[in-house]
Amino acid sequence: MLLLRGGRVCDPSQNLDEVLDIYIEDDKITDIQKTDALERHRPEPFVSLEDKPREGSLKTIDLNDKVVLPGLIDMHVHFREPGFENRETIATGAKAASSGGLTAVCCMPNTNPAIDNIGTVNFYRQKSANASVEIYPIAAITKAREGKELTEMASLFKEGAVAFSDDGNPVVSAELMRRAFEYSKIIDAVIIDHCEEKSLSSGAAINEGYMSTLLGLKGMPSEAEVIQIYRDIALAKMTGAKIHIAHLSTKDGVELVRRAKKDGVKITCEVTINHLLLTEDSLINYDTNLKVNPPLRTKEDALALMEGLADGTIDALVSDHAPWTYEEKEVEFDSAPFGISGVETLVPLAFGELYKKHKMPFEVIVSALSYNPAKILNLPERTIKKGSRANLSIIDLNESHVIKKEDFVSLGKNTPFDGKIVNCKINMTVVNGKAIQRD
Amino acid sequence: MTPRGKDFLNIADTSKEEIEFLLDQVPVYKEILSRPIKKVPALRGKTIVTLFYEPSTRTRMSFELAGKRLNADVSNIAVSTSAVAKGENLKDTIRTIESMEVDAVVIRHSQAGAPHMAAKYTKMSVINAGDGAHEHPTQALLDLYTILEKKKTIKGLKIGIVGDIAHSRVAKSDILGLKKLGADVTCIAPPTLMPPFMEKFGVSVEHNLNKVISDLDVLYILRLQLERQSKGLFPSISEYINLYGIDKKRLGLCKKDVLIMHPGPMNIGLEVSEEAATSLSSAITEQVANGVAVRMALLNHLLGGN
Repeated sequence: MLLLRGGRVCDPSQNLDEVLDIYIEDDKITDIQKTDALERHRPEPFVSLEDKPREGSLKTIDLNDKVVLPGLIDMHVHFREPGFENRETIATGAKAASSGGLTAVCCMPNTNPAIDNIGTVNFYRQKSANASVEIYPIAAITKAREGKELTEMASLFKEGAVAFSDDGNPVVSAELMRRAFEYSKIIDAVIIDHCEEKSLSSGAAINEGYMSTLLGLKGMPSEAEVIQIYRDIALAKMTGAKIHIAHLSTKDGVELVRRAKKDGVKITCEVTINHLLLTEDSLINYDTNLKVNPPLRTKEDALALMEGLADGTIDALVSDHAPWTYEEKEVEFDSAPFGISGVETLVPLAFGELYKKHKMPFEVIVSALSYNPAKILNLPERTIKKGSRANLSIIDLNESHVIKKEDFVSLGKNTPFDGKIVNCKINMTVVNGKAIQRD
Repeated sequence: MTPRGKDFLNIADTSKEEIEFLLDQVPVYKEILSRPIKKVPALRGKTIVTLFYEPSTRTRMSFELAGKRLNADVSNIAVSTSAVAKGENLKDTIRTIESMEVDAVVIRHSQAGAPHMAAKYTKMSVINAGDGAHEHPTQALLDLYTILEKKKTIKGLKIGIVGDIAHSRVAKSDILGLKKLGADVTCIAPPTLMPPFMEKFGVSVEHNLNKVISDLDVLYILRLQLERQSKGLFPSISEYINLYGIDKKRLGLCKKDVLIMHPGPMNIGLEVSEEAATSLSSAITEQVANGVAVRMALLNHLLGGN
């Protein structure tokens, strides 16, 4: 049995923000009590998690006002396995996610083979069995993500796929996309949509705008994203299926989603921390660690995304963790692949920057990293109450932390945030009752 | 004296003062080039490598001559015959060159930002000799000098740049340099060859050449790359010539003292006719001649002892 004593427990799903003691037994929260004011500042007992507890003994961890959150989820990561184990494996990705304060991740299917068959979904299930975070695979919409034939969505769903997406290969045919939406209704699964009209974006490296002209790089216009969002909202509305827009990056895209929600379309969406904190202006020195897809856009777009997150138009906050090797990233800008290694910086940046610097409401960030993605994907609920699963993320907002790429557990060291000091330190995660402490 | 950086990568980050300082030095080097023995020992003992990932006649030769006339040792690497053809990446190539105690490397590359990347990995001076659609800063210096020589000033001059602005590194560097020196710049191109946000560079955008041609003091013609047509950026060569080609007839619409310029290599009979290119208004050969002196000024600025 574990007692987490005196943490500031914040759970926006039940308007909770109080100093509480949480009792955990096996994988459940068995009790929550107000912290005894006299007990609170007692020195920490000499108990470490490495000591094997005797059956039935109570292990106490003093949290001293550290912030206890519902177990945080990153619903958009790339763990590269199977097929690209030099960039990341499920094991290294899971360790990295855990060290970044997360309790669950959802893995995109752009692996080799793609997550488009029962074998690969099972492979994920086996690999995640003893991992330090929950790992949920997202299966492909079409076989080999080729946009030609639908995958066996119902069977894959039954095996544990939590959603469907062709990731960076958006389904080109509107007809096939319509059928995917229709078919997904059998299982009431959500289709995660990477929106990019490739005939407008092919060969491009950054956002089309002033910076693409100044730097002489080919730009992809906002319209490449907006056109497909518009098309797929129309198809989702027509079919009554669930759609989730991946990594929204444009002001017009936010507006389309806002309107679709008003119209009653079953739509949700996400934004990456990168698109909130960075703009195209940062590309001035051709740093390939800033090359992402969708590209970093303008200040105006970032502001619209901030507003969208704050007003609930945007549901989830993600890393779009895309690890690459040094050799792959340290090349000329056009030759470099898209992506930022972000699973270890998402939570520190979300609270250290988004909350502390940009004044994003605390409960908005917590919801976008826990309750909302759990609801979108029908994952085990993220609430802190008696009887619920013990999935918690515990952070320290009074300590600063220097982001150092060489400290990354992830094999991908491709971060533009190297050297940044953030006012948020990961203290501990609890995954299904199992506590993992950070120093 | 202006501060000198390690590298010369673009006009965007070069101050007006540094540009003016470099342009002021050029006559000194032009004088050297007019002597029977065109050589001074300014860079004796220095080593310069030209590393060209794209074909070039005038820029590479111009840098080579500039270095040699300052007594530097100049070595040329043509990528097709180098280890790059065996798969060596840019970073390794740069480190290899550096390990042979080279002082400066002059890079031409098809990808924008390649010289920036090289500069990050080396202590050598890196000079951008044209990278993708980004910049060609020494071309801008020689163009600015040529205009200055012919027109005495740049401030307030009406300068039209006509052609494929979207893919032209020359246009970009020239626009940035001309604006820093106070010129009034109009970019003339079909909308399909005009990049976005040109207004933010402080230039006017025009699609109809005939509307502005008679106001121009300088008409700068860009090379048209023929593969743009197959990519659907304009419907036919003949329509392009009709709308934007500079021939004798169109020259007749210009001011009497208009200056015709072109960075080369020209598609004679396409963006510019033989008659227009060789007319009295043309400064095209002077541009090439000035290129050597301008690059001598730059090399001595970056590498010379003082």
